[in-house]
Formats: sequence, C-alpha cells, structure tokens
Amino acid sequence: MADREDNFSYRLWRYDGAPGELIPLLQSAQIHFGYIPRRAISYISSVTGIPESEVYGVTTFYSQFRLQPTGKYVIRACAGTACHVSGSKQIIETIEDELGVEVGDTTKDGLFTLNTVACIGCCSLSPVVVINDDTFGRLTPSNLRKLLRGYKRREKSASTAAPVGENV
Amino acid sequence: MIKAIVGMSTCGISAGAQQVYDKLDELHKNNPESFELCRTGCISMCYREPLVEVRNNGDRIIYGDVTPELADEIFAKHIVGGTVLDEHVACSILPDGTFVGAEKAFHGPQKRIVLRNCGTIDPESLEEYEASGGYVALRKALLEMNSGEIIQEVKNSGLRGRGGAGFPTGLKWSFAAGYKSDIKYIVCNADEGDPGAFMDRSVLEGDPHSVLEGMIIAGKAIGSSFGYIYCRAEYPMAIRRLNIAIDDAREKGYLGKNILGSSFDFDVKIKQGAGAFVCGEETALFQSIEGHRGMPRIRPPFPAEKGLWQKPTNNNNVETYANVPWIIVNGAAAYSAYGTEKSRGTKVFALAGKVLHGGLAEVPMGTTINDLVFKVGGGIKNGKKFKAVQMGGPSGGCIPSELGNTPVDFESIPATGAIMGSGGMVVMDETTCMVEIARFFLNFTQDESCGKCTFCRVGTLRMLEILTRITHGEGEPEDLDKLLELGKHIKDASLCGLGQTAPNPVLTTIRYYRDEYLAHIIDKKCPAGSCSALVDFFINPDKCTGCTICAKNCPVDAIAGEAKKVHVINNEICAKCGKCVTVCNFDAVYKK
Repeated sequence: MADREDNFSYRLWRYDGAPGELIPLLQSAQIHFGYIPRRAISYISSVTGIPESEVYGVTTFYSQFRLQPTGKYVIRACAGTACHVSGSKQIIETIEDELGVEVGDTTKDGLFTLNTVACIGCCSLSPVVVINDDTFGRLTPSNLRKLLRGYKRREKSASTAAPVGENV
Repeated sequence: MIKAIVGMSTCGISAGAQQVYDKLDELHKNNPESFELCRTGCISMCYREPLVEVRNNGDRIIYGDVTPELADEIFAKHIVGGTVLDEHVACSILPDGTFVGAEKAFHGPQKRIVLRNCGTIDPESLEEYEASGGYVALRKALLEMNSGEIIQEVKNSGLRGRGGAGFPTGLKWSFAAGYKSDIKYIVCNADEGDPGAFMDRSVLEGDPHSVLEGMIIAGKAIGSSFGYIYCRAEYPMAIRRLNIAIDDAREKGYLGKNILGSSFDFDVKIKQGAGAFVCGEETALFQSIEGHRGMPRIRPPFPAEKGLWQKPTNNNNVETYANVPWIIVNGAAAYSAYGTEKSRGTKVFALAGKVLHGGLAEVPMGTTINDLVFKVGGGIKNGKKFKAVQMGGPSGGCIPSELGNTPVDFESIPATGAIMGSGGMVVMDETTCMVEIARFFLNFTQDESCGKCTFCRVGTLRMLEILTRITHGEGEPEDLDKLLELGKHIKDASLCGLGQTAPNPVLTTIRYYRDEYLAHIIDKKCPAGSCSALVDFFINPDKCTGCTICAKNCPVDAIAGEAKKVHVINNEICAKCGKCVTVCNFDAVYKK
C-alpha cells in the first residue's frame, strides 16, 4: 500500500483536487525519476491546474528537489554545527578532492553526487557523511578516503550487486 | 524471561547497531528459549553507541560500545551464564530507577519526563506504550475532563512552548479554543531544522505515541478534529515510526471516530517537509502544508484565529506535545515542582560538539550551563579548555564559559543575548574560532532566507561578505561597527523569527569576543588556530610516514622532504590552501 501511495502516476491519477497536494506530488515524482524532469512539471501542472511557473517556483524553493539527475551514490556531507566544529569543512574538501567533484555536482562517470545537508541529527558522531542510506561517523580525511576508495573499488570490480556500507 | 534490547535510533544505527542486532537475531534464532530480542529508540548516551540493554525482571544493565563480537560474549556469559561483563557496562539501572556504574554522572542531574519512554520501550509497539502508562492520560482527558479543565490543567502546570519562543502553552490553547469555526486544526511542528539539534527526532523515533497522545488531548481542548504533523524529510525513520504508530492507534480506536466512546473524533496526517529551514516558522509552515513556497506572513491575524487554510489553528512542537500526557496523568502540581519560578518543568538538550559525553539530556529548567557541560557532558574532549556553548542554533548566540553559572531557563538565557531555542547545545573549546562560527551561522541563515524581506535577504549577505573577509585576513577596522549597524537593522525590519534573530550569532560573538575579532582584523591572526588564511601549517613528525603525497599535491611546492622521512612545510611559501590536510592518509598535518 505504501508503495502505491508513493507511486507518481497513481498519485496523479487519483488526484481529486484536494488542496495541498503539490509538494507530495513533487516528492513522488522525485522518487520515480530520481529528480524533477521538465516533463514532470508539465504533468503536475496539467493535472492540478497549477501554472507551470508556480510548480517550478515551489520546486526551486525547497532544497529537497533536484532539477538534475543524480549519481548512483548520493553523498550528503553534514555541515551542521556539531560537524562544523569537528571539521566538516575539511571533510567536504577531501570528498571534492578524492572524487573530483564540487558540492552540488555529479562525477563524470555518473557514480557520485555530492551535496551538503544542514544537519542529520547524529551530532554525537560528528563529522558525519551519509552515502545513500548508510551513515558514517567520526570521520577524518584519511579514513574517509579509504571509505570512498572502497566504493570506487567495488564499482570497478564490476559486480552488479549493490555494495554494502560498512561503518568506519 | 531475559530481554536483550538494542538501541535502534538513527544515531545508534549509524554507529553500528544494525550489525549488533543482526548478530543477536542470529543467536536468538538458534536459541529462541534463552532470551527475547527487542529494539528501542534512543537510549540517550549517544557517546557510547551502539548500546545493548540486558533486562532481567527489574534488573537493567546497559552495555556500551557493543560490537557483534561483544554481543556474542554478552550472550554466552551474561544471558546464558548469568555473569555480568563489568568492564563493558555503561550503566545499570536499579528497580527503583537509580543509576549506578560508569556513566552515572551523565544521568545524575537528569529528570526524564519527555524522554520517559525513550530507550525503554519498543517504539513500534503500542502494547509496550500502553504497558508503561500510555493513553491513560487520553482516557482521563476524554472521559473525565472537559475542554476548559484540560486547558486549566496545562495552564497551571506552567508548560511553555518548547520550540524556542516559550509562549505559555495553556494560554495558546485557550486562544484557539475561543474562536468559533466549523473546523480547527492541530499542527505539530516536527521540522527540527536547527543544525546541532536532535531532540525531536529522538522523541519521534523513540516514543511516537506520546506525541500523538498529546495532540489528541490538545484537539479535545481546542475543539479540533484533525491534526497535521509536519516532519522533516531528512528524518525517514521518524516518519516510518510515526506511520506505524498512527496505524496502530487507529486500529485500537485512539484515533478516528468516537474515540474511547467519548463521541470525540480526531485523526492525524503526516506532511513531509521538503527541506526549508524557514518552514520552522509557523506561518511559513502552514504555507508549506498548503503546497506553496514556505514564506512567512505578517501576524496578526495570529494562527489561533486564522492559521492553516485560514482556520483557527494550534501549533506546538514535538517536545511540548510529549509533555502533555505526563501533565494530565500526574497533575499540574507535580510538573510545576520542577524548574524555576517562571520556567516550569524540564527541558531536553542535545549536547554535542567538543563535549566528552554527547547525547540527549533532560534536566529540570534552571540547571546551570556548567552542570550540563561538566556533570552531564563529562567535560571537554582531549583535555582542552571550555570556551563557549552555542544555544538556539542559527537564531541563538554563543555564551562564554565565564557565564557558565547561568541557569538555563526562558529568562536567563535571553539576557545573555542568546536564545533558549529548541535545545541544541553545541559545546566549543579553545580551538573553535568565534568569528568563523559567526560566519558559519550567517552563511546558513543567508542561504535559508526565503527572500521576502529585503533586510534579511540582502543584509545578511552583506554581513556574510564582511565576516568572510575578516576570516580571510582582509578585515578593516570599521567592519565591526558596520556589522553592528546592519545587525540592528535586520532585526528591526524582518517579518519573521528567522530574520529577527539571524544577526544574533554575530552580535553575541562581538559582545563577548571583540578581542578575537580585533586579532583577525588588526593583527591578522586567528587565536584559535582555525581560519586557514591566518595560521601556519605543520606536520606532526610522529604521524608522518614520508609517503610524499602532500609534497606531490602542494600547488606551491612548499613541502620538502625525502621519501620515508618526515616532511616539513615552509610557511614562508605556503599559500594556506589546506590541500595537504585533506590528502594526508595519516592525519599528520595540523594548523596552529
């Protein structure tokens, strides 16, 4: 049931004009496409009657929505207060250097997207980085590099199985 | 039967609780007779995660820093053999609730009202919540009390909003109750956006029913039959557990039509936030629920008159609602026995930063900052000196260690220039640069400003530019006056709480650490050794292995040294880019 509720086309199809549905629709579009493509904005606009410009305005207001596709691994580096005090700036620079990518961008091979996040609430493990759904805490530049290289290695070894995150 | 309980909140899982749980699960499958395996929310001693509790009747022993191997040992020696592994015990809880053992100090000053069930019950089990006194308050409120009596009880308790502003909750409820309307709304603000704060997440993950129960009672009090929980999308586990709790409560008849035969109807819906800090402001939050850009509007009309969908609305945060059932069951007098004259009850703090024992602590209002940092928090990491605490997140301020005797309550904290905030308390030591911290917070609020008010949108950007210049060693003597003037205007000319408080981190740091600003501006030095442009870089000879990677990566060839020998940085040439720090595989480069 929960899957069906999240399904983008199902949600569009059963839209009954109830107010306040725009953000949930965008959220399910992002789950479906991995980002908000131009056509998703058109679909939503045509079904809800909300002008495309307004849908776009809401999309760009909230940091959760992305207008570009992301890599296979989305890295969210925490830049909250506790992580900042514990050196998150160096952590972010290390990721940028190791992967050759800047905050907000995706690597050329389409594997990694780097974003920052205000706080993920694991402050006692700071500094923290989340890769897809796995959280890694108490990082230093050196153990972070090992972690990232582990992901790269697993990808190179051409195994199709999704890598299992391990904590450092 | 012996129970093994694993702390499975987001931070526990990040620290490796899932692997520990899997290991115990495997042992449990092979020996289903020997023990019962359960999970719980945040046990609050985040610094000792992953945590496993072994409960045998009234005896509760909590192991800290558990690995899958240690879980194996706990099973063999404690669960089967009956011998406690003393050296791994974080603390034990006696049947009367007193704490003993290594981490006793952490629990000493605490009183758990909001966190009463966190870390002791399974958050995904309605039965366990009921067994620990859950929904007793709801029964009492619906069947024995009328709306006026509930509001009076909450008023008498002295409970004030825990989201930061500290508005008296009972009074707020009476406003919303006073307006007549075909429909009214209850809103729970679970958009915990302050970086460095995770109290609400822990309550939602550890005891979601207590928040629901508080909301239903509030619904009865103001005459509302529908509630929204606006929760951050960054908290997937909290949302999942809330959904389970809502489904269970519906099935059991605590939500829906004619609750407990009282002819009162109430239902709840979760709205996921989409990542905008300003949506913690209530009028922006309503806009977001309605599907618009989350921008605040002018008040009045206040939400009690025209809130969500232009209907009377009562909005409180997670912690406030979680207090309500306890007050209804134990009475206003029992609650107001804790705390200070004007700030009653307890407050949950998320202790983080450079403190030894980071975690969740619930203490009576009026506990001093020093008690929180040194007794609960165990002092500063690595033997460093306590410099300041940052309270209230980006809207708050830094309170220096000299004011450590300040009691935390709604009167004393604002007097220092900081705000009580939602309860994030980030501890800073001598290596934290106050100018850089002010810049960090301003960068955050600048980024999160919705753009409606010019002073907040443009003014914060100008302040950020000045602060960035100062941290780069390009500050000018008149910068401080410019910052103070801009800060004053932004406070005066912004519509919502975000803009009105955005300058606070800068104003408090200038107030208490003017010398540090002057050192950056006049002497071009960063006393804390933090701002890269104003410090020198060194290589720790004990850690350096002579791998040459730093020398190869240095863009200005400032690093000299032969392979397999300790390298040295020439600070005359060094461009202070910090590249060597990030490339070193041995964390050997440091700045001073």
